[in-house]
Amino acid sequence: MTPFTVHTGIVATLDKANVDTDAIIPKQFLKSIKRTGYGPSAFFDWRYLPDGTINEDFELNHPRFKGRSILVTRNNFGCGSSREHAVWALVQDGYRVVIAPWKEMEGNRLPGFADIFKNNTTKNGMLAIELSEADVNDVFDMVAAHTGLTATADLQAQRIIFHAPSPRSFDFEIYAGAKEQLLNGLDNIDLTLQYEADISRFEAQYDPLDPNS
Amino acid sequence: MGKTLFEKIWAPHVVRELPDGSCLLYIDRHLVHEVTSPQAFAGLRQAGRKIRQPALTFSTMDHNVPTTEDRMEIKDPISKAQVDALQQNCDDFGVKLFGLGDDRQGIVHVIGPELGITLPGLTIVCGDSHTSTHGAFGALAFGIGTSEVEHVLVTQTLIQKTPHTYRVEFTGRPGPHISSKDMVLKMIGIMGTAGGSGHVLEYGGEAVRSLSMEGRMTMCNMSIEAGARAGMIAPDDTTFDYITGRRRPYAPTGEALDKALAHWRSLPSDLDAQFDQTLTIDTNRLPPQVTWGTNPGMVVDVDQPVPAPDNARGYSPSDVKSALDYMGLSPGVKLTDVPLDVVFIGSCTNSRIEDLRQAAAILDGRKKADHVELLVVPGSQQVRLQAEAEGLDRIFKAAGGQWRYAGCSMCLGMNPDQLSPQQRCASTSNRNFEGRQGKGGRTHLVSPEMAAAAAVAGKIVDIRKWLEA
Repeated sequence: MTPFTVHTGIVATLDKANVDTDAIIPKQFLKSIKRTGYGPSAFFDWRYLPDGTINEDFELNHPRFKGRSILVTRNNFGCGSSREHAVWALVQDGYRVVIAPWKEMEGNRLPGFADIFKNNTTKNGMLAIELSEADVNDVFDMVAAHTGLTATADLQAQRIIFHAPSPRSFDFEIYAGAKEQLLNGLDNIDLTLQYEADISRFEAQYDPLDPNS
Repeated sequence: MGKTLFEKIWAPHVVRELPDGSCLLYIDRHLVHEVTSPQAFAGLRQAGRKIRQPALTFSTMDHNVPTTEDRMEIKDPISKAQVDALQQNCDDFGVKLFGLGDDRQGIVHVIGPELGITLPGLTIVCGDSHTSTHGAFGALAFGIGTSEVEHVLVTQTLIQKTPHTYRVEFTGRPGPHISSKDMVLKMIGIMGTAGGSGHVLEYGGEAVRSLSMEGRMTMCNMSIEAGARAGMIAPDDTTFDYITGRRRPYAPTGEALDKALAHWRSLPSDLDAQFDQTLTIDTNRLPPQVTWGTNPGMVVDVDQPVPAPDNARGYSPSDVKSALDYMGLSPGVKLTDVPLDVVFIGSCTNSRIEDLRQAAAILDGRKKADHVELLVVPGSQQVRLQAEAEGLDRIFKAAGGQWRYAGCSMCLGMNPDQLSPQQRCASTSNRNFEGRQGKGGRTHLVSPEMAAAAAVAGKIVDIRKWLEA
């Protein structure tokens, strides 16, 4: 897997909450048995008109976002289906970083990303950053004000800097295991196979119908 | 302090804790289907690896398969290639496959319980978000991505952070014709589609205890639509009767069953167990639920109007406006005033025998509206055979419906069953996302009885009043 250390790129915005994985990669593209070739189909139903031409009303198609690699969106991104194809499509369409806000709702903090989607990003060298709703609102404003705005995400430092005329930087949290996996491009299977002896020992004494025996 | 059902299952499955605080969790059952597995098998081949526990791995074909009489010949070459790849992978790696043409084939979340693969106390995963269904048996069951599918194939484990726990108590007794689908849709409306994120939900309360296994599966199935990692219900006599009441080839019998029952009876959450979050929902007088928007949290009581953009709790005005535009609805409209084109009864949410019995009871002696297409798709070939033995197929056909073979069908339109642009559908499935049932299609999620009544009326009705009229 490609490690993620530091990435600088153009920031694009998608002003929509609860973007589901069916929207990120529609079902017809899930028939492929390959891991590649999904990039041009990302956001297919929004990106293209029924005749197959580019939908210029879709915000990510705007010329000002040409060459973008950092996506900023709203909360609960990647909800719904577990399809890892959604992350493959985003990565293969050139995105390395996705940013979404957590949301405070009646005393609970709802995360920026759906659980399975977030798991899948880590396994594909993509960095998912959660910021507060207020900070993400500021980022949307910066992107609107500055065509071609770039940002630098530094995973080791857990910081993202937006290179506006008055630069803004935000620190972010990330789970230690996910950070290490991304920084080193680790394959989880290799990692787990180090514990092969533990698994064998476990299996030798384990009865799933009476596990406490 | 007492333990929750979740904690009682989690702890004995931890192979070891990892340095970062996560756990290496042992997986008891791995269910595989054709869509999310080919890249995982390719990974195995590339690395020269084998499946660690092929006997704990079970496979079927459901997403791509046609549901018509001529289903054995898949005309779409890409779908066919995917189905063929699964057959080849199962042959090469020694995995049990319930393939097309096998009378045990069906939707992965229907056949698991049916065959006794799904049992209380187990950890169950599948490359499919609706794996939460199996939690109805008091199992810990959750969906995973394809990289994790490969991880389980190779190691029979997953690296997992310990999720939080969330108790949802359904108090009271719902009225006639109110199902667990209505209960869970109500919950998602309250919690929102991210409200359960990072949590395992445990459903309880009088209204849950009185549900059949089919009703419980519907409820747990929809847990993912609240963003939850999993949903579960403590096993009880209803669960044990389901497992032992008929022959289920992979369920234990004899002494093994006696030993298992003793363990299973110890699983329910202790009275003094603590949950990280709780929610109580009163089901007395709960009205039927219908979704109006483009995610399952955009739901109303059937007698309430569609909200205005500035008046939908938890959603921004622009998101509501975009949902209403897509759905072809105006604020203030009642869903009981909007004509339908299609009614779909099926999917891993509502395609089991009890769902079909409930729909048939409504359709018996009635005819569908002329302008409505009615599709009834059993969740498995076993369900199909049982429904036919009970004569339900004759009721569906007499009502003008199409009686199909088992598969995911129009829940996600990866097969020939799809909505056309702007067609409006009352559906017993789980997702009303844009394009889910077919590009441009408009989905209203409902219970099986509500779907059946909608087919007859040609529009969504409040089944309580409609049956009285």
